[in-house]
Amino acid sequence: MSGFQYEAPATVEAAVGFLAGAKGNARVLAGGTDLLVQLRTGAANPDLVVDIKRIGELRQISGNAASGFVIGAAVTGAEIGEHKELAKAWPGFVEAMELIGSTQIQGRATPGGNLCNASPAGDCTPAMFAAGVVCVIAGPNGRREAPVEQIPTGPGKTSLAKGEFIVAIKLPARAKNSGDAYLRMIPRTEMDIAIVGAGVNLTLDASGACTAARVSLGAVAPTVLLVDAAAKALIGSKVDDAALARLAAAASAACKPIDDKRGTIEYRTKVAGVLARRAAVIARDRARS
Amino acid sequence: MAGYEGKAFKWVGTRPVRPDGVDKVTGRANYGADQNLAGQLTGRILRSPHAHAKILSIDTSKAEKLPGVKAVITGKDFPQMHRGVLPGDEGVNFHYLSSNIMARDKALYDGHAVAAVAATSAAIAEEALALIDVKYEVLPHVIDVDDALKPGAPLLHDDIFTTGVNPKPDKPSNTVQRVHMALGDANAAFKDADIIVERSFKSKTVHQGYIEPHAVVAEWCEDGQARIWCSSQGHFMVRALTARLLNMEVAQVRVMPAEIGGGFGGKTIIFIEPTAVLLARKAERPVRIVMSRDEVFRATGPAPGSSIDVKIGAKKNGMLVAAVGEFRFQAGAFPGSPLGPACMAAFGPYALAHVTSAGYEAVTNRPLCFSYRAPGAPLASFAVESVIDEIAQKLNIDPMEMRIMNGSKEGTQMVYGPKLKAVGNLECLKAIKNHPINKIPLGPNQGRGLAAGFWFNLGGQSSAVVNIAEDGTATIMTGSPDIGGSRASMALMAAEVLGIDYSKVRPIVGDTSAVGFCEITHGSRVTFATGMAIIQAAEDVVLQCRQRVAAMWEVDVEAVVWEDGHARPAGANAGEQKPLSLAQIAARAARTGGPLVGKAAINAGGAGPAFAVHICDVEVDPETGGVKILRYVASQDAGKAIHPSYVEGQIQGGAVQGIGWALNEEYIYGADGRLQNSGFLDYRIPVASDLPMIEPIILEIPNPGHPFGVRGVGEVGIVPPLAALANAISRATGVRMMDLPMTPPKILAAIDAKK
Repeated sequence: MSGFQYEAPATVEAAVGFLAGAKGNARVLAGGTDLLVQLRTGAANPDLVVDIKRIGELRQISGNAASGFVIGAAVTGAEIGEHKELAKAWPGFVEAMELIGSTQIQGRATPGGNLCNASPAGDCTPAMFAAGVVCVIAGPNGRREAPVEQIPTGPGKTSLAKGEFIVAIKLPARAKNSGDAYLRMIPRTEMDIAIVGAGVNLTLDASGACTAARVSLGAVAPTVLLVDAAAKALIGSKVDDAALARLAAAASAACKPIDDKRGTIEYRTKVAGVLARRAAVIARDRARS
Repeated sequence: MAGYEGKAFKWVGTRPVRPDGVDKVTGRANYGADQNLAGQLTGRILRSPHAHAKILSIDTSKAEKLPGVKAVITGKDFPQMHRGVLPGDEGVNFHYLSSNIMARDKALYDGHAVAAVAATSAAIAEEALALIDVKYEVLPHVIDVDDALKPGAPLLHDDIFTTGVNPKPDKPSNTVQRVHMALGDANAAFKDADIIVERSFKSKTVHQGYIEPHAVVAEWCEDGQARIWCSSQGHFMVRALTARLLNMEVAQVRVMPAEIGGGFGGKTIIFIEPTAVLLARKAERPVRIVMSRDEVFRATGPAPGSSIDVKIGAKKNGMLVAAVGEFRFQAGAFPGSPLGPACMAAFGPYALAHVTSAGYEAVTNRPLCFSYRAPGAPLASFAVESVIDEIAQKLNIDPMEMRIMNGSKEGTQMVYGPKLKAVGNLECLKAIKNHPINKIPLGPNQGRGLAAGFWFNLGGQSSAVVNIAEDGTATIMTGSPDIGGSRASMALMAAEVLGIDYSKVRPIVGDTSAVGFCEITHGSRVTFATGMAIIQAAEDVVLQCRQRVAAMWEVDVEAVVWEDGHARPAGANAGEQKPLSLAQIAARAARTGGPLVGKAAINAGGAGPAFAVHICDVEVDPETGGVKILRYVASQDAGKAIHPSYVEGQIQGGAVQGIGWALNEEYIYGADGRLQNSGFLDYRIPVASDLPMIEPIILEIPNPGHPFGVRGVGEVGIVPPLAALANAISRATGVRMMDLPMTPPKILAAIDAKK
């Protein structure tokens, strides 16, 4: 690890100023649970690191289920897990965030960091895809918003322009009879990285028919996938066995995985369907309750 | 040796707090990396990125010019060792040992050290490594043992001629040795079998996974002496090997043992100590080297991967007729694989009239494969116990009854030579047979697996000193690093013999200049052999006390007995003397002959073999291949459990390491011969939530070779889990896994293939 410039500004504008003015490679530091590891292994060699944890608005959760929650980009997993109303409205998103690492990591890790690390195997990211999160992005030209699925573009790569960073993620207003869930396959029970992940978010009408759904998959393509065909398999159904089977098939069909040290193409493709189906059952049961 | 049979113990068998515990929980204990000397430099090692490459040149000039760099060394700075093994060197090839520590003409694995620097900071040392220009000519490499054994495989060394074959080959190869041991005639006896099952098994390299990376601080003195602080499983081993590799006299090297954060066999050899001494000599300042986790995985001494064929024949009633095991073990880039021990231990739980245990060891482009807890035995046992289980399945008989029917016991002839004395194999089996776990009904996708394990255990050389202080308290010292609570056990045994409170005994691990020679802490030998030395040193003190009191009382020494920490008259003839406590005798030491010092230096024979039997219940997710362990019970014969909590810790620790080996741990290499998972994220040792309570059952069948009946307990617990898991998975899924580790993708593929 060689030396780099470190800044910890107190405002979004100052952070944008540092990032926009950076000569060479700049990195945003939130919890650092990915970046610090990359610095130590030499995988990251930034010239500038901008720590955003001292920016007040990035450390807050506001809003509610009816209006939608706004979660600052530097809010940690532990803080998200302790937010009762958030956990009640979005249990799948909260569980996905809390799956990451250990208790110690939970005190640092952030959903924005998970998204911008742009690993296809990140756990919170598929849950945010399923939830339909909108990202608030600050940059040299002010603020803009973008759907979460537009952020990662490949392993370690995002669509954010020079000088831009995510200041908040917005969970949409929660319709009643909605539920979400995220499941991942890891060889151990915790402290591990997903071989496959699947997120499902759905809304039922009074008859129990699915009126809206979003299905996401992790670790089966260069980025987290939003699988419209899998969502369509649910919409209009009672989320019964036949619909679940169609969902599983659609999820598996959407996979474009690789063989690597963590799993095979065959395994990931099959288990993506299994996990999507199981997550849909959990989301459905949550929507019903 | 005093007779302790039938004696009620006061201290042995109790569970006091360990003497090293408070320092460890407060952070006061000094581990390998904690030593700090004035002017100390940071040492870093440059490692080969290639699996196999000729080193054409190493240019260190730029690194040497970097401000803050105080020394740079390469293989040229190491003394040239004799090629081959010299008589008296107990099979150690010092040329290979030296070449593993620092590559000479070739880099033989990804991670092989090629140069080292010492600098005033870690950052400067890292920068200097990047300035060293190594020119390589990359050569074809070989990673898998079966590939390495093939004619025409890329050749690692030009001086390995297979031993143990006739005629001796005239061409070098990767095949280090042929091991062959046999009883009866197994191949002929198979004709009497009603059923024969023959299977082939594969496994990957696994690492011991100790939490503390290797660390050393070395100091070179102007008078030609070296001082070394490090954590190891044997500082006398560190001293001997370092001295030899640097052409120094043994007594000119002093090694101070640090606390050790896990070894499991992986710290029974050296990797960085001579490098640190050479850097310190060149820099004229102390040097500390601490390995990173990446270096630990890439360049220490993991357990070998294997390729094994096992063929076993039985009668319809389950009686075994004959067995043959053919074990092919990876060495790393240099010989050292535990093939022989694997052949010895493979069929240990069974009384077999016709058995052959044989195999080959082949060098591969991997880090040195070395010792890991019952070295070699888990792999051999995995194959044998899987085939035994399959025979029981095919014959539809109870796998427990089949093991009891064929179980080795006192008098059983072992394939490696001796006949067993009193051992606890059948007792371990029956303890599991009678355990309530067998009555718990299994649900869908659940299975119950059973496996037995054997390990022969070691004795060997140990020294001990018992120093009685002026107030009758005792400091006891050995040279055996404490890797599993042995200081507590030493103190308990000393307290028992001396008849004083455990709290009055302070156990110390002395440095190489403070105490007599002790072999490394391995082979489950310390509580047995070093414990025997402690017992004898304490008995030496007792004898001296009796002699001094006899002189005071003007009687023969036979007229003075030692009971409950006091010298007493043996009977009425000895006179009406008041008993004298150890404290009272110590207070008069100056007037009765000087300090009370008990000593023992022994070569302990009579190590009692250890047996273990494990049973577990698993549930396999048929759609993901994930395995959940529901229940786990492990029985083991301890001979005599000196400190039962630490015996239980050994049983549980062995089981957990075996579970990791069975399910997830493996070295993963790319086609380029580079290790892809040199960290704890993708090298998956079990985490706490992966495990049920490992319920230990201690059995005590005394070892006749030890005064208290002790037999080693540290290793055998890792032998049964691999097959116990495989057998449980087989019964849960109907598929038999013969390729370790049994990862979810492999299990799911096997389930799907069966459909």
